[in-house]
Amino acid sequence: MVDLPLSNDRRMKVEEFDSGKMLAHAARQAKDRGYKNFPIIDIDSHHYELESFDQILEYMTDPVMKQLAQMANSGNSKGVGVMPGGVGYQDMGGRVTRYPLRRIEKGEPGVHRDVSLTRRWMDALGVDIAVLFPSPMLQLGLHPQVEAEVALAWAYNRWLCERVLQEESRIVSMLYLPFNDPEESYKMVKEFAGKKGVAGFMVTSVRYKPVHHNSYMKIYALIEELGVPLAFHAGYNWNENSMTLMNKFISVHALGFVWYNMVHMTNWVLNGIPERFPKLKVIWIESGLAWLPFMIQRLDNEYLMRSSECPGLKKLPGEYITDMFYTSQPMEIPRDMSLLEATFKCIKAETQLLYSSDYPHWDFDLPSTIYDLPFLKEKAKRDILGGTAVKLFKLNINGQKLAKVA
Amino acid sequence: MAEVFVARVAEFPDGDRRIVEHGAHNIGVFHWQGQFYAYANMCLHQGGPACEGLIMHKVEDVIGPDKTWLGQKFSDTEVNFVCPWHGYEYDIKTGECVPDRRLRLKSYKVVRRGEEIYVAV
Ligand code: FES
Repeated sequence: MVDLPLSNDRRMKVEEFDSGKMLAHAARQAKDRGYKNFPIIDIDSHHYELESFDQILEYMTDPVMKQLAQMANSGNSKGVGVMPGGVGYQDMGGRVTRYPLRRIEKGEPGVHRDVSLTRRWMDALGVDIAVLFPSPMLQLGLHPQVEAEVALAWAYNRWLCERVLQEESRIVSMLYLPFNDPEESYKMVKEFAGKKGVAGFMVTSVRYKPVHHNSYMKIYALIEELGVPLAFHAGYNWNENSMTLMNKFISVHALGFVWYNMVHMTNWVLNGIPERFPKLKVIWIESGLAWLPFMIQRLDNEYLMRSSECPGLKKLPGEYITDMFYTSQPMEIPRDMSLLEATFKCIKAETQLLYSSDYPHWDFDLPSTIYDLPFLKEKAKRDILGGTAVKLFKLNINGQKLAKVA
Repeated sequence: MAEVFVARVAEFPDGDRRIVEHGAHNIGVFHWQGQFYAYANMCLHQGGPACEGLIMHKVEDVIGPDKTWLGQKFSDTEVNFVCPWHGYEYDIKTGECVPDRRLRLKSYKVVRRGEEIYVAV
């Protein structure tokens, strides 16, 4: 039972929570829209790895860091002191009730909690395969000890592969790379490539190392050779100098989740990385879509005047941008829908856009955000919701509907 | 027009809510400060269960006579229910979406018959 503090000193007791019930309307949408007829692949979803932190730490090899982390995790303040972390109010004072109520949600007996809870929302949304990412670790790139990022990344990835990805084929991941240490990141790609459920590799964007640094080239070459995607997952950092000017989480979230991807994309394109790795498949995750027309217009316009600074490019920056892939969430729904339609056209959404829910985070998107768009034909809807991902990740689902949809 | 039973008044305390279904109707009924209000339990955002979330007083800025910001408080009079999926807030007395009052949930008439509460669908 939880006792939630509400406004003006009221309280509310809640006995139980079942995200399947909370998502009953999503399941209804899945039925009404006929999601049973085509695959839905979710390229960005999350779990809360601190719930399994004791298990994860068992996979840590550095004995001193392991003991430090185990002790930090043993009191009431789970994980505090180990994970860099964020001031931030994702749950809006509990208004997004799945945050405070998750702790009383029960999994199925005998099934790993992450597998059980993930399958529950996947079935409700009609999602067949989900790419699962951690949550607090999205800020691990800010850890001041590079060796701590490395140790936690190894432990998490080993745990994820053995305890979660082994158990459920519908859950896959693009594994976290400790990008502040290029050598260890390279070793990690080598170690985990081809393991069950490893669909690619992921860099959390909130960090302060430029993506065009020479030390990363061998990682890009290796991932290109493997033929799996490399993803940049957005995040926020309220301690970023410019973000400290803002007094509200909405402000930091609205700008922060775009900002780091803007920086990395600018470096990526203007340093000609796409020319050096023409077959490397790159996905930009969780920055929404509205930033892309801005980036294309801004970089193209300046490049035409200052191309001498960017000799690695053989075409306009915007043309590289529209060769890359994007996840849809949090998709901005403008008052004037012609802006969204123009954005879809501008980024070649019908071949480059991948549906993502970001569930269970506060601003998750249902498949209906794509399916109900009035300007898309049925084929485009199905491609964005799953068809493009099936090809990109070479998923072998043979037209089967894996989600339990009515 | 059908009347759907919601609850006996004695079993529906002030500050609480009930969800009732009738055919395709999924309705949230609120009991707030002696009044009953009923709305479609279908959020105007992505179709979430708008009536199933927290009931929260509206957050207000406190602005001084010199226009400086002095802090925040919860309203004494304005109360919203909040869609639990992403936080759209609805005025409990009108069903209007608070950040854009042009949007409004479908409302239902609440009928009291003796000690029993019904909604008309
Ligand atoms: S569905 Fe209600 S806030 Fe999004």
